[in-house]
Amino acid sequence: MTGDSAAAAGGCHIFSGCGYPAPGLDDFYFQKLFSIGGWNVTKPEFIAILCVIIIVAFFWTAFAKPKMIPGKTQSIGEMAVLLVRDQVVRPVLGKRGDSYMQFLVPLFFWILVMNLMELIPVLQFPSMSRIGFVWPLVFVVYGLYWYLGFKTKGFIGYFRSWIPDAPWFIMPILIPVEILKYVFIQPFTLGVRLFANMFAGHLLLSIFMVATWYLTSLSIGLLYAAGSLFMVFFVFLLELLVDLLQAFIFTTLTATYIADSLESGH
Amino acid sequence: MSLAAAVATQTISINIGAVGYGLAAIGPGIGIGLVFGHAIEAMARQPEASGRIQLYMWIGFALTEALALIGLIAPFIFKY
Repeated sequence: MTGDSAAAAGGCHIFSGCGYPAPGLDDFYFQKLFSIGGWNVTKPEFIAILCVIIIVAFFWTAFAKPKMIPGKTQSIGEMAVLLVRDQVVRPVLGKRGDSYMQFLVPLFFWILVMNLMELIPVLQFPSMSRIGFVWPLVFVVYGLYWYLGFKTKGFIGYFRSWIPDAPWFIMPILIPVEILKYVFIQPFTLGVRLFANMFAGHLLLSIFMVATWYLTSLSIGLLYAAGSLFMVFFVFLLELLVDLLQAFIFTTLTATYIADSLESGH
Repeated sequence: MSLAAAVATQTISINIGAVGYGLAAIGPGIGIGLVFGHAIEAMARQPEASGRIQLYMWIGFALTEALALIGLIAPFIFKY
């Protein structure tokens, strides 16, 4: 619960004459927290930097001095890396995917930790629900699969490989659709999927949290507040699933696009 | 247009937008049901292939779900 709706909900309860302060787009705008030099740090930026520090610190402690018999942190770190390798990279890319692990493992865990920040009290904001945090990731993925396509198939060959074998009379429809798919739709849906899931998740959570506070008064409203509180826990669990799923899907689709660029013709 | 009329128009357009999103969510709803239903059927027929089936199930789910999510953000792209 952040932003204006939290402030509006301050002393606002049911039957006290004020309407439900519905959370909306205002919840996604923030005043600066602090500034370093001329650079104003807002909450989403702060959370993003915090996540980077968490990830780097964790993997640093896990793998800086690897031992034959792993300690606690190292075993968890190995489990984490193996999770990405066996669930995402190996099924899509096979053995040759191992050279992309350095990119896909941090990608998975950064998105996962960023998403989980929407459930941690006080922070409670998924930075990915600001679309500006998603596009850089998408541009990196976009650049990567174009680069790999040009590298493995050559300049003309990559464009030729977009068009599958089909009867000639379908071509006028097929060619524009395929070009649109690779140039525009793939990166757009990749980014929008992550953004919109986090956006909807944050809205859902804040709607039920504000509703619980709003309905709490010594009246029949208390009963509804209990129902709303139950929904908060339900949505919390749902978001836990969605956070994991979105990190998984983003990484899997990245791996699929890389595999698409590496395959020689289809 | 008077202020009251403008407010009323905006309220109606917001409500119609909500109905529109409800209609738009029907298609992906059916699609996601098909994806999971067929994946479960496939896994029941061939349990040893469930790893691969699950992978494609999630990819299919993600592609179908994108339609509903585009509907969710469409009003922010095409502001009235």
